[in-house]
Amino acid sequence: MTTTIPSPAVPGAPVQGGRPPRTRGPGLTARRSATRALPLLPAVVLLGVFLLGPVIWSFYGSFTDASLTGAAAQGASFVGFDNYVELFADPDFPKSVLLTLVFLVASAIVGQNVLGLGLALLMRSANRVVRALVGTFVVTAWVLPEIVASFAAYAFFNDTGTLNSILGLVGIDGPNWLFTLPMLSVILANVWRGTAFSMLVYSAALHDVPQEITESAEVDGARGWQRLAFITLPMIRRSITTNLMLTTLQTLSVFTLIFVMTGGGPGTESSTLPILAYQEAFQFSQLGFGTAIATILLVVGALFSFVYIRALRPEVD
Amino acid sequence: MGMTSPSQRVLRATSNGVLLLVLVAFALPLVWLLLASVDTSATLSVKWPEAFTLDNFTTVLTPELAFVPLANSLVISLGCALLTVAAAVLAAYPLSRYRMRINKPFLYGVLFGTCLPVTAMMVPVYSLFVWLNLIDSVPGTILFLAASSLPMAIYMAKNFMDSVPVTLEEAAWVDGASMLKTLTTIVIPLMRPGLAVVFIFVFIGAWGNFFVPFVLLLSPDRQPAAVTIFSFFGQYGSVAYGQLAAFSLLYSLPVLALYVLVSRSLGGASALAGAVKG
Repeated sequence: MTTTIPSPAVPGAPVQGGRPPRTRGPGLTARRSATRALPLLPAVVLLGVFLLGPVIWSFYGSFTDASLTGAAAQGASFVGFDNYVELFADPDFPKSVLLTLVFLVASAIVGQNVLGLGLALLMRSANRVVRALVGTFVVTAWVLPEIVASFAAYAFFNDTGTLNSILGLVGIDGPNWLFTLPMLSVILANVWRGTAFSMLVYSAALHDVPQEITESAEVDGARGWQRLAFITLPMIRRSITTNLMLTTLQTLSVFTLIFVMTGGGPGTESSTLPILAYQEAFQFSQLGFGTAIATILLVVGALFSFVYIRALRPEVD
Repeated sequence: MGMTSPSQRVLRATSNGVLLLVLVAFALPLVWLLLASVDTSATLSVKWPEAFTLDNFTTVLTPELAFVPLANSLVISLGCALLTVAAAVLAAYPLSRYRMRINKPFLYGVLFGTCLPVTAMMVPVYSLFVWLNLIDSVPGTILFLAASSLPMAIYMAKNFMDSVPVTLEEAAWVDGASMLKTLTTIVIPLMRPGLAVVFIFVFIGAWGNFFVPFVLLLSPDRQPAAVTIFSFFGQYGSVAYGQLAAFSLLYSLPVLALYVLVSRSLGGASALAGAVKG
């Protein structure tokens, strides 16, 4: 399974709580737990200042009129829900929410998961060389630094790029993908970039499905698709849930790919929420606006994480 | 599988065929990168170079274009990985060895932190850094990158530490060794391979990060390669695709090498799934 999932205690591994308890006064116990918790301090300080800090700052900032330039840049004052009210009144915002949903559903939930599962299934019945080659290229697209992968995708979908030269070979005059079909381009690029993750998760999950079960179903006369739908998929449903959550969370915070390929454009035709937050804050100097969008994204991310962590709970306890 | 039925052979042929198509689609953008880097007249489309040459590489291998940005990347990634691993090991020790009341809430908080959409919150991070006077500060950027990779690192470190037997430590405790001494002389040497994995994982994440240094570092002489590649594209991108590809390859090489190293040592790429993208 993936490293994101905390593994349950290994049998035979050390029992937690090494030192046998000795009898001592309550003051000593308190001091002892304080000493024991001391090594947590650096992590707590780092997480508190640089991770929890921005989250709190985000909520606070979304209720002020802070902007990057001008008089308000000095002392920001409390404006209540003004940023949110204006945000919902701005036609770009509902459009961006819709684009984000389309991006999430098409590239993460459908694209990466279905293709990842499909590849994992096909690779089990494929030739070893083909399997190794596919694995290498799919994983390379995922391991490459995001800026490099984004340029490769930009070149591929560009008007004079690889995709249109190939379409030209078969006599099709391809469109200017990044301008006429920006969402389709970034969705396909994100599928290209992220499928490896789902493929690896599903390969590992399929590996754990006992072969005897599918074989006995085959003996009973179940066809290929029946074995898949009624045996394999139900047996890996836990991995499917986990993977759907993780790919959704990862896709929710995709920025560089879209920023490099289309910059959110043309206009705001491909501005998902992270891009819109950046544009509002740094290009239109509306820091309050950008902070409000960031806050909404944090809340959405937190809701997803909450569901995800609940699903994992037995493994944490 | 010596005996294969006809239906299995059909299945195998279909699988191979479909996979080869997927292979071509996935490989083309990467092949462009490779071919363009050895072609001085590269375009945005895959094409066979008229002459193979390393000119693009020699052009970009100057202090200003490649060495300074790559050195900045190295400083940021090393600093982030060292800081993260140190804080993660320290935190993992009490979490793994003592049954404390704060363990559960802390681990839940950390798990929650692994899910935080970090790119989504760069706007508030920017204004917080303005307030803290940490904009354009390399240490500030390292601290933020370390904090954002820490939740995953603590989880990994705790899992690795859980699999180190506790018996040796008990002997040390009996001899009166302190917690820090036990940790540094017994536990850490025993979990070195695990720590190497955490270190490399954090390093890869910091090396490849574009958005964080793009927002937090403003001076070109402090920016890592990820950001200078982007500026290079803005300045010369429309003419020098070959140089862009060559620089991108140089910059990607350490990440690819480290990934191969880790996935080999863990016996399979799947062990890193969920890790690299954090």
